[in-house]
Amino acid sequence: MRSNKAMEIGTGLFVLLGFAALFFLVTQITSREVGFGERSYRIGAAFEQVGGLKPGAPVSMSGVTVGRVESIGYDFDAYQAEVVLRIESRYDRIPDDSDAAIYTAGLLGGQYVGIGPGGSETFLQDGDRIEFTQSAIVLENLISKFLFSKAEEAGTEEME
Amino acid sequence: MSTGPVGLVREVGGYALFFGRLVVEVPRALLRPGLVIQQVYNAGALSLVIIMLSGLFVGMVLGLQGFDLLQRFGSEESLGTAAALGLVKELGPVVTALLFAGRAGTALASEIGLMRATDQLAAMEMMAVDPVRRVVVPRFLGGVISMPLLAAIFSMIGIFGAQLVGVQMMGVDPGQFWSQMRGAVEQADVMEGVIKSVVFGLSCSAIAVYEGFHAAPTAEGVGRATTRTVVLSSVMVLLLDYMLTAVML
Repeated sequence: MRSNKAMEIGTGLFVLLGFAALFFLVTQITSREVGFGERSYRIGAAFEQVGGLKPGAPVSMSGVTVGRVESIGYDFDAYQAEVVLRIESRYDRIPDDSDAAIYTAGLLGGQYVGIGPGGSETFLQDGDRIEFTQSAIVLENLISKFLFSKAEEAGTEEME
Repeated sequence: MSTGPVGLVREVGGYALFFGRLVVEVPRALLRPGLVIQQVYNAGALSLVIIMLSGLFVGMVLGLQGFDLLQRFGSEESLGTAAALGLVKELGPVVTALLFAGRAGTALASEIGLMRATDQLAAMEMMAVDPVRRVVVPRFLGGVISMPLLAAIFSMIGIFGAQLVGVQMMGVDPGQFWSQMRGAVEQADVMEGVIKSVVFGLSCSAIAVYEGFHAAPTAEGVGRATTRTVVLSSVMVLLLDYMLTAVML
């Protein structure tokens, strides 16, 4: 049999290296999420159109991530998409007349919720809702609008 | 050994019963950690060099191919994301498992098969030592413990390999490389890779010890057990990989 000491050292090095690699993968290549352990509060918002927004998408103010989209559901009373945002507790001074809009990060990037602060002196609290929302832009609608307006222009020119 | 559909069903049944027996014996094997540690050394520590070398080259080729592909879309900053996701979720666990089957699986199967062929297992039974408990389960456990660690090492080295090619040679901005990676990779992705490698570790180790333990006690039988270990392990890894990906995506 191999010398016991060399074997133990080899095994120890291997196991340590393995756990170091796991630690590296978990901490160095991932971003810190708003975990369940972290204190946070929820606010709701209704959107006409959420587009490609997914749970877990960032919620940002001026480009700073302040929370994540927790869930997206459909509200059959309002016939709108109901989005629940989970905001970190340290960002607790969002005015209650703020607006929320769905933007796209880059031309092909993922979608996120951007909050624009309002001017109110009272702040959003757990369970509150954002009243002013702006839907995601659906590219197809935009293109068809553009095409129809072009066709209309062409039509009026012909008539003249 | 009978062939045809009946033989296949019998084989599957044999595997299931053997796997059940392994699982039942695991707690008792943990009472003698020395045996398990020795097998972690054999299956894990001795596979380190091949895993690290392969990880480096797989990562480097990912960096090269990824850069070429992403450059066509003008988004070569996403190279870090592409390489990290590809390695952590897919290539790390799968390539590690395939290499493991070739490096450690064959060693396990031929070792146990040779013990069978030279009547060492029968001798243990004569001395009222259960060969499954004394020989098979520690080897099985050693493989199961080693696989996730090897896969993690493979992925880590691979990411550095991709960084080496992408950043040092191709000139991708290092800040973009790491920050885009951190922004896009989630802990769930890392978990997916770990779950995969644990499942691969279970199946590859079980196949290796089963084939070795049930090898025909001849030189030819040991050779066949070794071949079957590699073939079965590789097919199982790729099949399980598809199923696990479909479930977890």
